[in-house]
Amino acid sequence: MEAVNLLSSNRYTEKQIGYLFISVLVNSNSELIRLINNAIKNDLASRNPTFMGLALHCIASVGSREMAEAFAGEIPKVLVAGDTMDSVKQSAALCLLRLYRTSPDLVPMGDWTSRVVHLLNDQHLGVVTAATSLITTLAQKNPEEFKTSVSLAVSRLSRIVTSASTDLQDYTYYFVPAPWLSVKLLRLLQCYPPPDPAVRGRLTECLETILNKAQEPPKSKKVQHSNAKNAVLFEAISLIIHHDSEPNLLVRACNQLGQFLQHRETNLRYLALESMCTLASSEFSHEAVKTHIETVINALKTERDVSVRQRAVDLLYAMCDRSNAPQIVAEMLSYLETADYSIREEIVLKVAILAEKYAVDYTWYVDTILNLIRIAGDYVSEEVWYRVIQIVINRDDVQGYAAKTVFEALQAPACHENLVKVGGYILGEFGNLIAGDPRSSPLVQFNLLHSKFHLCSVPTRALLLSTYIKFVNLFPEVKATIQDVLRSDSQLRNADVELQQRAVEYLRLSTVASTDILATVLEEMPPFPERASSILAKLKKKKGPGTVTGLEDAKRERGVDVNGGPEPAPASASAASTPSPSADLLGLGATPPAPAGPPPSSGGLLVDVFSDSASAVAPLAPGSEDNFARFVCKNNGVLFENQLLQIGLKSEFRQNLGRMFIFYGNKTSTQFLNFTPTLICSDDLQSNLTLQTKPVDPTVDGGAQVQQVVNIECVSDFMEAPVLNIQFRYGGTFQNVSVQLPITLNKFFQPTEMASQDFFQRWKQLSNPQQEVQNIFKAKHPMDTEITKAKIIGFGSALLEEVDPNPANFVGAGIIHSKTTQIGCLLRLEPNLQAQMYRLTLRTSKESVSQRLCELLSEQF
Amino acid sequence: MIKAILIFNNHGKPRLSKFYQHINEDTQQQIIRETFHLVSKRDENVCNFLEGGLLIGGSDNRLIYRHYATLYFVFCVDSSESELGILDLIQVFVETLDKCFENVCELDLIFHVDKVHNILAEMVMGGMVLETNMNEIVTQIDAQNKLEKSEAGLAGAPARAVSAVKNMNLPEIPRNINIGDISIKVPNLPSFK
Repeated sequence: MEAVNLLSSNRYTEKQIGYLFISVLVNSNSELIRLINNAIKNDLASRNPTFMGLALHCIASVGSREMAEAFAGEIPKVLVAGDTMDSVKQSAALCLLRLYRTSPDLVPMGDWTSRVVHLLNDQHLGVVTAATSLITTLAQKNPEEFKTSVSLAVSRLSRIVTSASTDLQDYTYYFVPAPWLSVKLLRLLQCYPPPDPAVRGRLTECLETILNKAQEPPKSKKVQHSNAKNAVLFEAISLIIHHDSEPNLLVRACNQLGQFLQHRETNLRYLALESMCTLASSEFSHEAVKTHIETVINALKTERDVSVRQRAVDLLYAMCDRSNAPQIVAEMLSYLETADYSIREEIVLKVAILAEKYAVDYTWYVDTILNLIRIAGDYVSEEVWYRVIQIVINRDDVQGYAAKTVFEALQAPACHENLVKVGGYILGEFGNLIAGDPRSSPLVQFNLLHSKFHLCSVPTRALLLSTYIKFVNLFPEVKATIQDVLRSDSQLRNADVELQQRAVEYLRLSTVASTDILATVLEEMPPFPERASSILAKLKKKKGPGTVTGLEDAKRERGVDVNGGPEPAPASASAASTPSPSADLLGLGATPPAPAGPPPSSGGLLVDVFSDSASAVAPLAPGSEDNFARFVCKNNGVLFENQLLQIGLKSEFRQNLGRMFIFYGNKTSTQFLNFTPTLICSDDLQSNLTLQTKPVDPTVDGGAQVQQVVNIECVSDFMEAPVLNIQFRYGGTFQNVSVQLPITLNKFFQPTEMASQDFFQRWKQLSNPQQEVQNIFKAKHPMDTEITKAKIIGFGSALLEEVDPNPANFVGAGIIHSKTTQIGCLLRLEPNLQAQMYRLTLRTSKESVSQRLCELLSEQF
Repeated sequence: MIKAILIFNNHGKPRLSKFYQHINEDTQQQIIRETFHLVSKRDENVCNFLEGGLLIGGSDNRLIYRHYATLYFVFCVDSSESELGILDLIQVFVETLDKCFENVCELDLIFHVDKVHNILAEMVMGGMVLETNMNEIVTQIDAQNKLEKSEAGLAGAPARAVSAVKNMNLPEIPRNINIGDISIKVPNLPSFK
């Protein structure tokens, strides 16, 4: 209260103490705030610059919503009024920025915006700096309104960059002209795509000057001089990376950063590693970045500062590709042994991802991951070892090798529990592949695993029990030993329900079931459907929430992943071949006083249960990806073919509706039984795309063809494609085929013709960075103009002739029809014959649409 | 945007803290403690940037700090600020303090908290850099000082005002004094060395 009284005083000292008190100690105490607001209002109207300054400061420090409500209309007026003092203007700009941050909805956009942009031309550099900050934030939300700021910013920047160091007097900081302002301007430019050619030339000149200046000998030995100079330089480099269009500059930037990598200032090394990380993702400079690999690895080994080492790991991760993956992975593994505890888990994930992504030779992959578990077992999360098992199961060629390697690894006297898990699982599935060698005979394998049994936690023991029962199937000769183990009190009367149940069930199963049933129940795991690696999701999750609590969440969620994830190992039924039926089966075998074993008929029935409900969807048929891409630009043809089955398609689309005829041809002379095609849409897809179809006849005669009609309605834009899964019985075997059905967003294109002028007008309207998606890629097919034209027309858009000033470029326009909206799309394809590259730019009113169309179309050339 | 500015000494005693976001008192103290913990462990010639202002807004944030004799100056900023730029800003801040106090030392910060806040207010406003020109800042501060002096010169008015205020509301006084010196409120931290 006293403070508020002081506010209304006319004396500077009193007022100032009052304001200081409020800005330090009041946050949003609602009772006082009205009184405070009143006092501030008076001061703002006072025309006394000192008082106005104090008032603005106070608003900015409190920055509550109430304040925003009270002053959001007022401050813009102060800001653009002609007679406002420079220092007040400065404060007003930042104050407005603060209010915009807390409550953007309360700050009205209006005619003041254009005048704010012109503050960039102000004489007073302080005002310019403040205005730039304000515009940068506003421009991120409303790029259209502040577009004019680009050219002004560029010219301002070029004036600063070319000025002699003494011109700007007070704003020259250790011989660098206005470093802060330069940084701010470069930041502002990063809100926009590369400007028009005229402005761009000037900007390129500026950037070159900045790069050149970096090469000049320093004008002062002081660290402040180099700091200021490099602050500008780094910002310039991030602008270059952001524009990603001038290969020349990119390479120069990369070289500059390369120099910094060996600089003696730790700060510079840190920043250089960080910028290079973003640079590595650019197409033009990826190669250039790779030349620094030795330096980076060296940094990893010798750097004393953990945050710098962390950056080095990030950079290695970013610059990894097929050619250098083995080297990088090996370096990361060796670093892992000495790495700081706080970053180990992240490195483990990165190694796992890289090893998988760039594995050419899967034996290498298996080796790497086993090494990983050996070195840093505690940091290997579930996802990592699930993934190894998935990969081993899905790839026949490494199974034997994997079994052999884990067997050897398990022989180490002390091995990590995760290794036991992987080992138990793999030996249970593929132990037979190495059983021929007397050194790894079934009994040896079993004893080896069992020697670890007592050291493990409950989930691992449960997994091992499942392994044992699988051994019973694989190696009849160890059956008696295993039954003994299962029968022992420590298993049958284990305090843990899960272990006890498994022991009892498996024991019964092994005694009552015939070998046939055992073989069926304990069949090899079917291949896993290929999905995006869950490890990658994990890494993303880990990177996102850096806070401690976020990390905890991530860890907790991992528990949930177990069920949703691809590997259901810890669930009780997991060891048997398919989850649901085997659970039934075990339930049946579990009733201990079973009347002298199940009757034979029930065995047969069980097998039937299996084959009918083998609900696991087969992995996408090989090659179907290619076929899918072909259908993006055409509607009819053969989608899938193997020795047994051919699937043909005929489809038509109009506006947001479509109809697709699917023809299933039996290529054999035998009947297909239980023929059931099903359309599978993910949840996301289901809400955006409606598919209707009737079931087909379950028998398909030899040589016959059946037809199925699918009615399609596009409700809203969608990303994925539905999957067609076909299950049928051929002879005695059960067949399962999955293909992606080529129903893609572009099918709902309606071409639109427009004149050059219209096109560019609309093009400019869609200049929001989110609306544009650009992709630069290498040509996969010969670059033939006519074929390209046909593809663009097939894609669904109109091909507009004589629109682009460069006749070699292709320009298209169309409207995507969906039930809820219509989305206008413009596209431009620029071929580069020398480089055999294309640049594809899509602008639509919706980001996800731009993204999807760009993906689809990029695959075509 | 600058999220917070902290100054503390080699023993972790806060000398100035300014948060540009609403954070409650306890968390503020915790942030200061943790920041000190992070920063004080680091060697002299490692880099001046640190990941993670753990409590203030998550992983996007960075701590940028500088160590002068007995004091640490720590700025917590988000990714929209240039790291080297902030490093320079710290330098400007310190040089300005130096000019205003003539050979600034830790004691100046303790006894003239209000002035330090004023100087900071001239440089950073609501988390954004307001002015980087040292001369400009010094001129502003000088002008303020002059105003203060001239008003003090106008008879003993302020003194009278203060005494009037005191008489008006007695129970307020002790609290005001307590709040006036921030360092009093902070419990002593165990030294980490």
